[in-house]
Amino acid sequence: MIKLLYIFTKPVPFRKHSSKQTNLYHIMPALEVRNLKKSFGDVQAVKDISFSVEPKEFFGLLGPNGAGKTTSIRMITGVLNPDAGSVIIEGTDLKKNFLEAKMKMGVIPEVGNIYPDLSARENIDLVGRFYGLSKATREDRADKLLTDLGLKERADDLTRKFSKGMRQRVSIACAMVHEPPILILDEPTEGLDVMSRRLIVDKVKEMNRKGSTVILTTHNIEEASRLCQRVCIVNKGSIVAIDTPDRLRKTTEMMQMVEVAFDRKVEQAWFLTGYISRAELCNDKWRFYADDLDKAIEQIVKVKEEQGVKILSMSTSGPTLEDVFVKLCEVH
Amino acid sequence: MNWNVYLRGISVVARKDMRIYYRKAPVFIFGLILPTFLFLAFFVGRELDINKYFPGFLAMSLFFTSSSVGPLIVPWEKQQGTFERLLTYPLSISSIVLGDCIAGAVFGLLISVIVGTFGILLIPITVTDIALIILAFALGNLCFSGLGVLLSSPGGKAPANIMMLAALVRFPLIFVSGIFIPVSEMTGAARYITYGSPLTYLVDLLNHSMGQDYVFDWWADLLVLTGFTVLFVTVAMSVLRRMSLKGL
Repeated sequence: MIKLLYIFTKPVPFRKHSSKQTNLYHIMPALEVRNLKKSFGDVQAVKDISFSVEPKEFFGLLGPNGAGKTTSIRMITGVLNPDAGSVIIEGTDLKKNFLEAKMKMGVIPEVGNIYPDLSARENIDLVGRFYGLSKATREDRADKLLTDLGLKERADDLTRKFSKGMRQRVSIACAMVHEPPILILDEPTEGLDVMSRRLIVDKVKEMNRKGSTVILTTHNIEEASRLCQRVCIVNKGSIVAIDTPDRLRKTTEMMQMVEVAFDRKVEQAWFLTGYISRAELCNDKWRFYADDLDKAIEQIVKVKEEQGVKILSMSTSGPTLEDVFVKLCEVH
Repeated sequence: MNWNVYLRGISVVARKDMRIYYRKAPVFIFGLILPTFLFLAFFVGRELDINKYFPGFLAMSLFFTSSSVGPLIVPWEKQQGTFERLLTYPLSISSIVLGDCIAGAVFGLLISVIVGTFGILLIPITVTDIALIILAFALGNLCFSGLGVLLSSPGGKAPANIMMLAALVRFPLIFVSGIFIPVSEMTGAARYITYGSPLTYLVDLLNHSMGQDYVFDWWADLLVLTGFTVLFVTVAMSVLRRMSLKGL
């Protein structure tokens, strides 16, 4: 009876949308951050951040060290009080209903913050208790997570004996035990070995495939580019850009690149005239950046003829997310 | 407020504390060994009535046990990064503080019962009011566990600093609470100082329950102890909330 009542009274996760979009209704965002601000003394760590993340989206928060990523995440996860602004988790205001809002989140902090005096299994079990999971569910999920994350054999060892990578895997398992609709990861693979990184990334991708929304903060651009459907670039406490990695690359189209391999050593100065704005040696190949690709190639061919060098290979490509990131942060 | 989630949080925090922290050395050193030796140093070699001083010893043991780990939990957790993680779970600062208090109180209660039983069986001590002694144990443990958590709340990640602060508060209290010199035998300013110590009211309450000389009515002792408990717990919550949300 209570179950039936719940089904009929359960709020529908749709709301009216007032923007220019053609559809009248759209799915309620998994996370909405509105005008978030935070200062520490005279330092304004987060100036005015607003963004929203759609359900099942893999969303990246990118930025250099000290950009305000972790402060933003700490406010989003309820660890830190914002000076202004609000955080809405699946329609629940974190400030007004913080317990309900936190029930919907699984948070993985930067460092594997687990209890060293408990075993891996006990750590996971403890977190399961916080979310009110039954004993059988806690045991089943702990077993599955420990197996998936390669910790099955060390499940009953105290985590104080674990390596950093193993501790971070336990931390990931703790955040996933209640199968949260929103998973928030603060630089989860920072400083980890390849094995741990791969296991963690695979597990997070699996959660995302199963329907969890993932919010990842990182300064690993390659990782963000590979995993995220949308990225938000933050610098000096403000949002610099927010879009899909592809679209971000296209918005900075003036940064085209020609990669050339010559038969012998060439001087950078030969090319830094005219259309080429930047030249850098990457392994054995030179990368030339220019606004106009045709003109840049003409210039390279001209230098080749003047200096009597041969071109072994030449390829062109658009800017990488790293290029976009660097450019946007520089401009900002 | 979802009360189910809130109460579950308190219970899981308390269980976690008891599982992790109440097997550590400071509990036994500061909770049992230290008060025992302090009392023996005072008692041995003097012709004193053990029945008269046992309530004081029991109160001192309860006081040290219930307030031994409380000051250390938050700094330990801040040091290992688990405190920040706790804040991401469906918990509030108040549920963390209450959980820490309950863990200290339950552990203190256990030790108090052991020490009390030891007194009754071996000395033997006479208990005149069993209900009052149970009330005194429950309230006293909650009160001093709250004091312990309050001592940890001003912030800082170094347990050594908190231990110094805790020693600075706890040691003077045992000398101004009628444990070694009964309040009824004190005169002048010294007597008024004892009124400011919550431990005085616990000693008085135990004196009531063991048929010894007392100063206040039992209900007054209970009332003042309840007041101190509420004060310690609410101030601990307020200070810890302010420090945590500032990121300290």
